[in-house]
Amino acid sequence: MELLLASALGIVTACAVYLMLRGRTFSVVLGLSLLGYAINLFIFAMGRLTSGKPPVIDQAVSSYADPIPQALVLTAIVIGFGMTGFIVELALRARNDTKSDHVDGEEPGKGSSSESDQEPSAKHKEEQGS
Amino acid sequence: MSHLLVLPIVLPALTAALLLLMGRQLAISRVISFVASALLLLIGIQLFQDANSGAIQTYVLGDWAAPFGIVLVLDRLSGLMVLLTSIVAIAALFYAMQGWDQRGKYFHALFQFQLMGINGAFLTGDLFNLFVFFEVLLIASYCLLVYGFGERRLRAAVHYVVINLTGSALFLIGVSILYGLTGTLNMAQLAERIASSAADDIALIRSASLLLIAVFGIKAALFPLYFWLPNAYSSASAPVAALFAIMTKIGIYAIFRFNSLIFGGSEGVTADITSPWLMPVAMLTLILGGLGALAAKRLLELIAYLTVASVGMILMAYSIGNQASFSGALFYMVHSTLISAALFLLAEMIGQARGSIEEKLQTGPLMKQGVALGIAVLIAGAIAIGLPLSSGFLAKLMILQSATLNPHMPLIWTLILLASFIGLIGLSRAGSTLFWKTSHVYAADAHSPSFGQWLPILFLLGASLLMVVYAAPLKQITDQTAAQMKAPQRYIEAVVGQTADRAPRALPRELRP
Repeated sequence: MELLLASALGIVTACAVYLMLRGRTFSVVLGLSLLGYAINLFIFAMGRLTSGKPPVIDQAVSSYADPIPQALVLTAIVIGFGMTGFIVELALRARNDTKSDHVDGEEPGKGSSSESDQEPSAKHKEEQGS
Repeated sequence: MSHLLVLPIVLPALTAALLLLMGRQLAISRVISFVASALLLLIGIQLFQDANSGAIQTYVLGDWAAPFGIVLVLDRLSGLMVLLTSIVAIAALFYAMQGWDQRGKYFHALFQFQLMGINGAFLTGDLFNLFVFFEVLLIASYCLLVYGFGERRLRAAVHYVVINLTGSALFLIGVSILYGLTGTLNMAQLAERIASSAADDIALIRSASLLLIAVFGIKAALFPLYFWLPNAYSSASAPVAALFAIMTKIGIYAIFRFNSLIFGGSEGVTADITSPWLMPVAMLTLILGGLGALAAKRLLELIAYLTVASVGMILMAYSIGNQASFSGALFYMVHSTLISAALFLLAEMIGQARGSIEEKLQTGPLMKQGVALGIAVLIAGAIAIGLPLSSGFLAKLMILQSATLNPHMPLIWTLILLASFIGLIGLSRAGSTLFWKTSHVYAADAHSPSFGQWLPILFLLGASLLMVVYAAPLKQITDQTAAQMKAPQRYIEAVVGQTADRAPRALPRELRP
């Protein structure tokens, strides 16, 4: 189980980092949420991997799973959820206002922001058409 | 157990909830928000006085005993920070009430949520809650940053949000590694457990600790991690940028807290963890902040870079390593927070008085109330750079003095003086462009700043002046604060001392990896 979980964490994190290093807001947001999943699993794993043990007091059993990481994961999920919602909304708004889904708010190689009123590049037109 | 300690968190939270219900009723919202901030200032003063007795107060939420439940801790450092927050907050809020809060919904509610997050981060004694309060203040700051919208704000906000979310992710990794190795999240208990950790765990503990330092470096805008700041701060609205002046200080606060408490000062396995890094990184931050100020194209950008430089100055002073230098760092922190808030507000007024050219550093029309604004910028700039007889001068003097015994003293002195000089050039360039290179007509869309806008500036500059007048008692306070931070044992005793069984316990065998 350790090997499986560790390699899963590693792969998900690697994918997340790759996506976050890309230039478009959509991939960056995907990368951030993937990283969020990896981290939630990681917090969970830091309470040691056990199976079939309850985290709450139970007369019938003598050994327990650590309840704190589970509580932490719950909090982290809620916060991650809110943050993802916010950044999706922000990315949409930025896409709408700057006419570009690049994280810099302008197409690379297109010049400075003062020229933002010039006509959209061919690639941009294609995106809008599709 | 006094309930006063929880109020800096509960009061803004309740006020914010109430303000959300108020919706668009601006007049009532303003009154509520202002009264709450004034109350917060009173609470801040009281807590500061309490902390000044030297006792470390704890507040056990829900009466769950310390290592298991959540605990708030008030010591001299957090008392000082809470007071500083409430001073900056009331000035920024008063400025916002002169018109900024009409440009969108829920300004006041977001403002109060931000205060709640900031105060929570200063008061919490628990690692995971530090994360939670960071998130509370960050999400409020994201909303405040894009408040009023505009393309430039959105551009800056995307970078700011993505970088901070990545930082939060790293924070969680660091926290969970530390939890996995020590089995606790309470900072005081963590300090004890790390000091007595098993030899196998040391490498992991050190990497988790460095990861956390990197996260705080992002918040504080330390050298390789500061690139988000100038853009974000210079595109935020003025009152928000003024409030953000305290936000970089949260990263610094967390570095102070971790270094002195959890990394165990001069002994323990993580004692030397930041010393090889902090000094060079702080030096680079100081110099690059100064150079950025020289290259800035807008006044707000220049001030944002001065904020970066001030972070470098504080952490360089801290990493000199003796008690006097820490005291100097604290004095400088209070001074730079007040003055950068004042400068952010002033820059916006200048932009408004110049019309559509705003505060871009280029030849422009005549400025309305140019003389008054010029004098205000001259005074604020002189204080920020640390010309003699200003609070910045005293702070730098304290830092220079404390560095005399340090082996790197020539380098430290050179850098501090050089950075001040570069900052002086940058500010005088900005001042001469803004006030002297003008045509002889006013712009059509220029407005003169109102008296209400001047009040918070006078308040902040006055506070800075009071720092000079009461320099001796204030230095005594920062000295005592530094002394308290150098002796973390009292903090640990105050938090986990009451529990009968506080010997560090190893995790049960079956729970170890």
